[in-house]
Amino acid sequence: MDLFDILLSASFWTAAIRIASPLIFATLGELICERAGILNLGIEGIMVAGAFAGWMAVYSGVDLWTGVAVAFVVGAAFGLIHGVLTVPFGLSQHVVGLGVTLLATSLTYYAYRLALPEVTSPPKIDAFQPYEVPLLSDIPLIGPALFAQTPLTYLAFALVAVVSLVLYRTPLGLALRAAGENPAAVAAQGLSVTGLRVGAVAVGSGLMAVGGAFLTMSAFDSFFFEMVNGRGWICIALVVFGAWRPGKALLGAILFAAFDALQIRIQQTPLGANVPYQVFLMMPYFLSILALIVMSRRAEVPAALMVPFNKGER
Amino acid sequence: MTAKSEAQVVLRLNSITKTFGALTANDAVSLSLHKGEVIALLGENGAGKTTLMNILFGQYTADSGTVEVMGRTLPPGNPRAALDAGVGMVHQHFTLAEGMTVLENVTLGTRSLWSLGMDRAAARARIARLAADFRLSVNPDARVGALTVGERQRVEILKALYRDARILILDEPTAVLTPQETDDLFETLRKAVALGLSIVFISHKLHEVMAISDRVLILRHGKLVHEGRTADTDRHDLAARMVGSEVAAPKVALGVPGPALMRLDAVSTPDIGNAPGLKSLTLDLRAGQITGLAGVSGNGQAALAGLIGGRRSPASGTLMLNGETPPHWSPRTAVHNGIARIPEDRHKTGTIADFNLTENAILECYTDPPHSTRGWMHWQRAEEFTQEIITKYDVRCPGPTTRIRLLSGGNMQKLILGRVLEASPHIILANQPVRGLDIGAVNYVHERLLEARDRGAAVLLISEDLDEIMALSDVIHVISEGRLSPAFARGSMTPAELGVWMAGHGFETERAHAS
Amino acid sequence: MRLEPIANPGIARTLIPPALAIATTVVIASLLAMIAGANPFGVLGLILKGAAGSKFALLETLNRATPLIFTGLSVAVAFRARLWNIGAEAQLYAGALVVAVLGTGMLQWPPGLLLPGLAILAMIAGALVLLIPALLKVRFGVDEVVTTLLFNFIFLLFVSMLLEGALKDPMGMGWPKSARLIPEARLPRIIDGLRLHWGFGLALISAVVIWIIQARTTLGYEIRAVGLNRNAASFAGIPVNRVLIKTALLSGGLAALAGYSEVAGLKGSLTLDLSPGFGYTGIIVAMLALLNPLAVIAAALFVAGIFVGADSMSRAVGVPTYLADIMLATALLLMVLAILLTRFRVVRE
Repeated sequence: MDLFDILLSASFWTAAIRIASPLIFATLGELICERAGILNLGIEGIMVAGAFAGWMAVYSGVDLWTGVAVAFVVGAAFGLIHGVLTVPFGLSQHVVGLGVTLLATSLTYYAYRLALPEVTSPPKIDAFQPYEVPLLSDIPLIGPALFAQTPLTYLAFALVAVVSLVLYRTPLGLALRAAGENPAAVAAQGLSVTGLRVGAVAVGSGLMAVGGAFLTMSAFDSFFFEMVNGRGWICIALVVFGAWRPGKALLGAILFAAFDALQIRIQQTPLGANVPYQVFLMMPYFLSILALIVMSRRAEVPAALMVPFNKGER
Repeated sequence: MTAKSEAQVVLRLNSITKTFGALTANDAVSLSLHKGEVIALLGENGAGKTTLMNILFGQYTADSGTVEVMGRTLPPGNPRAALDAGVGMVHQHFTLAEGMTVLENVTLGTRSLWSLGMDRAAARARIARLAADFRLSVNPDARVGALTVGERQRVEILKALYRDARILILDEPTAVLTPQETDDLFETLRKAVALGLSIVFISHKLHEVMAISDRVLILRHGKLVHEGRTADTDRHDLAARMVGSEVAAPKVALGVPGPALMRLDAVSTPDIGNAPGLKSLTLDLRAGQITGLAGVSGNGQAALAGLIGGRRSPASGTLMLNGETPPHWSPRTAVHNGIARIPEDRHKTGTIADFNLTENAILECYTDPPHSTRGWMHWQRAEEFTQEIITKYDVRCPGPTTRIRLLSGGNMQKLILGRVLEASPHIILANQPVRGLDIGAVNYVHERLLEARDRGAAVLLISEDLDEIMALSDVIHVISEGRLSPAFARGSMTPAELGVWMAGHGFETERAHAS
Repeated sequence: MRLEPIANPGIARTLIPPALAIATTVVIASLLAMIAGANPFGVLGLILKGAAGSKFALLETLNRATPLIFTGLSVAVAFRARLWNIGAEAQLYAGALVVAVLGTGMLQWPPGLLLPGLAILAMIAGALVLLIPALLKVRFGVDEVVTTLLFNFIFLLFVSMLLEGALKDPMGMGWPKSARLIPEARLPRIIDGLRLHWGFGLALISAVVIWIIQARTTLGYEIRAVGLNRNAASFAGIPVNRVLIKTALLSGGLAALAGYSEVAGLKGSLTLDLSPGFGYTGIIVAMLALLNPLAVIAAALFVAGIFVGADSMSRAVGVPTYLADIMLATALLLMVLAILLTRFRVVRE
C-alpha cells in the first residue's frame, strides 16, 4: 500500500526531522519557562521575531551562526519583558504573553517594512546547507533522516540532551525545577526566585527565537509574514504532551512532524487530491488538541505553574 | 537545662522596628541568644513573632535596627547571608517542594548554581550522618509529597543542619504533630543543644515552652513585654503576660445528647492524591453534643469535611440526615438541610477576598429570597442582611461594602459565623474554626459553638489542636489514615493515649478483627 | 523588590500610573515614527486627525469599533470568570458563516423576523464553537487557552474550504467569496445617508445588557465569584462548571455577533479577510476596559481610532501601519502594569 511506501522512504523521514527541528527548539524553550513556573504565550510572536532577526542579520552581512546568536538575543529580550512583568510584578501570564506576542509580531512587521520598503518578494539568503555526517549518513533510512540534516538540526538534538542534563543533573536545574514546584522552598534556601524565573524565561525565549530562525535560515531561505503560522501554540501543546520532560517532548515533536510530513504526501496521492487541502492543513491543529486531551489526565504539571510568588505575602 | 548567661552570645537583635502600613508589627524589639541555649518566643497570633523571625532570616527588611550573628551584623533583607552565617529556619508552613525527593529538597541551593555536578553520593552520606546524630531518620530518596507531616518536619530540620546551621529557629513546630512526635522533636532539639546549637522556639503552647526552654520572651502587639528565666515563672503567669490580662476561657459544661441528626454508616470515599479518603467510617452526630475529631492533618479530615459539607458523596456506605438519605448530595443540599459549614481555610475557601462583605455574606444563599428572585439580585436586601450580621456578630469593619480582604482574620471568621449561624442550623461542621485567631476571637468562636450546641445543634469540631478538642468536645474520635477510632467520652483519655491513636496504632486490632 | 497593597489609594495614585502608561505609549510610537523618517511630533496629531478629524473619519472609526465592541464584550465576559477565551476570532467567523449561508435567501422568513432570527442563529453558532473547548476544560481539564487558539486556525481553514467549495460565489470572478446577501438580510443604516449601520446600535445595546447581567443578576454574581475564587465559589455551592459553560455560551454568542454585524451590516458577503484579527484585538479592548462592559465601548472606540488613524497617517507620511499594532501592544502591557501600580506599592527589599 501507498502508506507503507511513504513510511519506508528516506525522504519522508528526512522531511519529518526537518519539520520537527524548529518545534524542538521552541518546545524546549517553552519547557524551560514552564518548568520554572511561567507560562510563556509570547512564544508565537517571539518565533516571528527570531525568524526575522536571524534572517535580517544574515542578509545584512553577518555569518549564519552570528545570525542565530542575534535571533537568540532578540528572543531573550522579549523574554525579559515577559519575565519582568510576570515575575516581580506578578501580572497575568496569559495577558502579558499575548501582549508580548502582539508586540513582537508588530515590531517585526514594522521593522520589515522599514528595512525593505518597496519589495514585492523578500530577498533570499544563503541558508544553512545539509551536512552529511561521514559513514553514519550511509545507514539506510536512519542515515539520511538523522545524519544528513543542517547543522541547526544537529544543534536542536544536542540541546535536548543539554537541557535534560542541566535540569536533572545540576544544581541550577534543581533550583529551576524547585522554582516551578514551590518558589517558597527556593526563597527559603537563599536563592532568588525572581532571578531564576526571569532567567529561565529569557533563555527559553531565546530558544523559541532560534526555532523561528530555523524557518528562515535552514528550512527556507527567506522571511514571509504568517510563516510561523501557529507553530508556537502547537509547541505549548507539545510541552504538555511531553509531560514537561525534554526527551518526551522531543519524541512528541518528531511524531507530530512525521504526521505533518505524512499529510503533505497523502495530499499528493490520488486519494488526497479529492479531499480539500484545508482538511490536511487542519490536521496538525486537531492532533495537538487530541494530544492535550489524552495527556491532560496523566501529566504532572509543575505545581507552581502560573502561580506568582510575592515574598512579602503572608 | 540551665541558662548560660556567661556563654558566648551567638545572636543579637538590636531594637528591631517594622511597620506594615499603619500596623506596627515589631516595636524596638531587642533580644540575645547564647550558645547552647533554648529561648522561647511567646505571643498571641499577630503579636509579631513571625515577622521578627522573618527579619532575622532576611525575608523582610526592618525599618530600623540590626541583626548580629556571631558578632557580625547581617546585611538586611538577604536570606542567603543569614543562611551563610549559620541561621536555619523551620517555617510554620513547610517550604518543601512536594514533587521532589528529600535529597533534592535538602541539597537545593547548597552548591553554586553554576557548578556542574551534584555529587549525590556525598550528599546522601552527609544526610545519613546527620540523621544518626540528631535522630532524624528519613529516606533521602522518598518524594516529599509521600511523607507524613512529622517526616516533613524532619526534612525541614535536616535542611538547616545540612547547611551547618548553628542557630535553629522553629516557628510553631508542634502545631501539626502528635504528642509522641512532639516528644521526638524535643529529643532532637536536646541533642542539638548538647552539640552546641542554639534554638529559638516560637509557640503559644505554654506547657511546651515550660518543658523545652531556658528563657522565655513574650511579645505583645509588637513589643517585648517580658523576658526571664523559665524556671522563675509558671504557666498562669505566662498566659496573663501574653494576653495582657487574665482572659477566661468559656466554662464548658457537658452537653445533653439528643438523637443522631446525621449518621454515617460504613462510608468510604476514594483517596485523592496523597490525601486519604475515608475507610468504612461510621459516625453519629447527635443533637446537643460537640463531637471532637482529633488527628494529624492530612489523615482524612478533608474527606470527612467534604462529605458532610456536600462537596463529596460516599463511594460506598450511606449518609443519613434525620434517618433519610438525601437524594442528591451537594453543598447546596447540605446548606438547605440545615448544615452550617465553617471551612478550614477562611481566606481561600471561606471568603472571596475581592468581594465585599455583602457579596461574601450571601455566598451560600444568594439564590434564595430575599437576596434574589427569578435570577435578579436584590442588593438592598442583601446589604440589610449583612448589616444585621455585622451588628449581631460584632464584625468590626467600615461597612457592608468594604472588601473583605481588608478585615482581620478574627472579623472575617465572625462574618462567616454569622453567615452560617443566622439560619439556625441543625448541624455545624466547624473545621479548624480558630486557627490563627487571637485569644479574644478564639473565645468568641467557642462561645458561639457552645451556644449553638446548647440550643440543640449537633457540632462536629475538627482541629489539629488537641487541647482545643479536649476542652470543648463531649465525645472525641481520632481519625488516622481515613479510619475512625471509637468514641471516647470527655476526660476518659489522656493526651498521650489519644496520641497513640493519632499515630495510627490501635486500629490494627480492629481491622484484624474485621477480616 | 516586593509589592505591598495600598489600603486607600488616593486620586493621584489612581490616575497617574495609567496616564504615564498612555504617555509612554505615545512617546514610543513617536520615536518609532521618527526612525521611519517622519516628524515625531506630528504623528500623534495625524493619527487623531485620521481617526476623528472629519465626518468620514469618525464614521470609519465607529464602523471599525462595532465588531471590537462585540469581541471586547465576549472576552470581558469570559475573562471575568477566568475562562481564557482566546478564540473570539473563530466564534466571529462562525457567526459570519451563519449569516452568509442563511442570509442569501435560503431562510425564507418575513423581513421583520429574518434579521433577529439570523442574529440568534449566529449567536448559537458562536456559542457552540466555544462550547467545545469549554467542555474539554470542564470534563478533561484541558487548558482552554491553547484549544481556543488552535480552534482559530481550524475554523479559518474550514471557512476557507467552504469559500473555495460549496459557498463559492459563481459571480465572484474566481475570488473565494460567498454570494451576496438578500437586501432583507442586511442591517439598515441608523440614519439615512450616513454610512453607519444598526450593528453599532446593537453593540451599544449589548454592552448595556451585559452590564446589567453582571451587576444585577445571579448569573453575573456567579460569574464574578467563579472568576475571583473558584474554590470558594464551589465550596459555597455555586455550580462552577455549569457557570463556566454558561459563560462560554454567552461569550461565544457575543463574538459571533461581531461576524453577524460585519457581514449583514458592512460587507454583505463573507470573505477570508472579513476580520483583520478582531477576535485577538478584543482581548486588548477588554483589558483596557478592565473587563467592564460599559468601558468596553470607550476602549473599542479608542482602539478603532488608533487603527483608522494609523492607516490615514501611514498614507500621509509613509510610516508602516503596523505602528498601530505596536501602540496597542505597548498600551496593553503598560496598562496592566499601571493598573497594578494603582493598587500596590513597590517596596525595595
